[in-house]
Amino acid sequence: MTERYDVLVVGAGPAGLAAAQAAASHGARVGLLDAQARHGGQVWRHDVRRGAPRAARKALDALARRRVEWLPQHQIVAAGRRTLLAETPQTAVRLVFGALVLATGARELLLPFPGWTLPGVTGAGGLQALAKQGWPVAGKRVAVAGSGPLLLAAAATLRRHGAHVLGIHEQAPATAVSAFARQLWRWPARVAQAAALRATLAGVPYRFGSFVRAAHGIDALEGIDIEDAHGSRRIACDMLAVGYGLVPNVELAALLGCATDDAGTHPRVQVDRMLRTSVANIYAAGELCGVGGLAAARIEGAIAGHVAAGAIAAATDLLPARERERRFARLLARHFALDARLRALADGDTVVCRCEDVALAALDGFDDARAAKLATRCGMGACQGRVCGSALAELGRFPRGGFRPPLFPARLASLAAADLSLPDSSIPDLST
Amino acid sequence: MNAAGVVRLSVDGEPVAVPAGSSVAAAVARVTTRFRRSVRGEPRAPVCGMGVCFECRVRIDGVPHQRACITPARDGMQVNTDD
Ligand SMILES: Cc1cc2nc3c(=O)[nH]c(=O)nc-3n(C[C@H](O)[C@H](O)[C@H](O)COP(=O)(O)OP(=O)(O)OC[C@H]3O[C@@H](n4cnc5c(N)ncnc54)[C@H](O)[C@@H]3O)c2cc1C
Ligand code: FES
Repeated sequence: MTERYDVLVVGAGPAGLAAAQAAASHGARVGLLDAQARHGGQVWRHDVRRGAPRAARKALDALARRRVEWLPQHQIVAAGRRTLLAETPQTAVRLVFGALVLATGARELLLPFPGWTLPGVTGAGGLQALAKQGWPVAGKRVAVAGSGPLLLAAAATLRRHGAHVLGIHEQAPATAVSAFARQLWRWPARVAQAAALRATLAGVPYRFGSFVRAAHGIDALEGIDIEDAHGSRRIACDMLAVGYGLVPNVELAALLGCATDDAGTHPRVQVDRMLRTSVANIYAAGELCGVGGLAAARIEGAIAGHVAAGAIAAATDLLPARERERRFARLLARHFALDARLRALADGDTVVCRCEDVALAALDGFDDARAAKLATRCGMGACQGRVCGSALAELGRFPRGGFRPPLFPARLASLAAADLSLPDSSIPDLST
Repeated sequence: MNAAGVVRLSVDGEPVAVPAGSSVAAAVARVTTRFRRSVRGEPRAPVCGMGVCFECRVRIDGVPHQRACITPARDGMQVNTDD
């Protein structure tokens, strides 16, 4: 099956929703797809108890009045010239586009430490996402740890769902976090947000310079070792929600040939001020251009949608707002920089590649990801290096790279039907 | 989904009810902490909650390796862990 769109948008988070709305406002035929069953992306994820946030509902209402075709549970697995291949639970679809807006967002940075593979240890935003979709946390003792404002948002969601949040352990030192807070007044909306979070989290300890050294348990999590300036102590808990910030999802963009900016530890998609990537007719907006948060994602989505539909003037009006939000992103990155000790938590026996159970010591002596992968299968599993590859880049082992199709494990039949002329050698083990 | 806004499915043969809008992961979590075994046989469970890590894979209605975290729970589904 083949579908054609003037503008195709990948990712229905705040950036993708804004892009679809902007492009459709100029009369373009727009397709908006997401691997998830519902719109919203990460921050606007539907909550089984509370529904979608008001801003998200408004964005969806605006979209409903436009000519936008919504394609849920469509996951892009491969790409060709002006064509993407999407897999749905039932079938595979070829999507042909005039212009493409990539709004694939970000995932959490998960770092290995002893015990991190035990059931009960999740990402911080990870447990937030699970809880919003009905994961039972009521009455559970949950420790929240890692870095960045996402820890507060996650803890607030968990508390609203009845979890007993034992504490929030921020690795950044108190001096850095208060320096960050002192700058916040420049972004009044953020001050209001922070105040609302504090109210929800009243009574929950928020500790700085504090991180999880190890997790313990036999078949599931039973307790963790927390380290801070006073030393290490063991606390009992049912769940640990730990995340060290966000990593842009650049895999699809890289597969399409879009240049990435590799100056930092984690690559991001390179765009000009009108959000054009290095490939003609392909635009990028939101977290994949560098982690910037909700407001940046919405503005960039609108810019990219206007430009993709040929409406340069409408996009130009939004440029100052974008610059303001990107300044906020730089402030965040500066103040929540990761403590070097976090890169040394894993020992030789700690599994780094969770898909293939490769321990850190097995990677000694390799200095590039490809050689390590061929010798140890590290990064060859179902997640295709999204977890271990980013962790190893953060640990300073080797940069993540080598994005090849399929982007996610795909059914052989879909790839065959797609006829995207993929070279045989680029199709890895598809045992799933 | 029935009138009460509850979805009923089975996990490893056990009947489970979850609020409408829940993921399969939420249903499995009510029955077991272990979703799958790793290649070395270790118990594993969801980590990312967003379809990236593949640690939540289960068999759904006979189809193996489905990500429980991004699959909405539906009435009558048969879910099996530990494939
Ligand atoms: C787990 C998690 C929780 C977060 N919670 C909060 C929060 O509570 N508050 C907050 O302010 N910020 C939160 N954030 C930060 C968040 O990244 C931004 O605030 C905002 O969601 C970014 O919007 P976006 O549109 O750029 O990307 P996202 O919202 O991440 O949306 C990207 C979408 O693209 C889809 N996608 C990606 N790749 C593909 C593919 N190959 N095929 C099909 N679809 C694809 C994804 O399923 C996703 O829905 C969270 C981030 C994460 C990772
Ligand atoms: S929990 Fe990571 S893919 Fe489902």
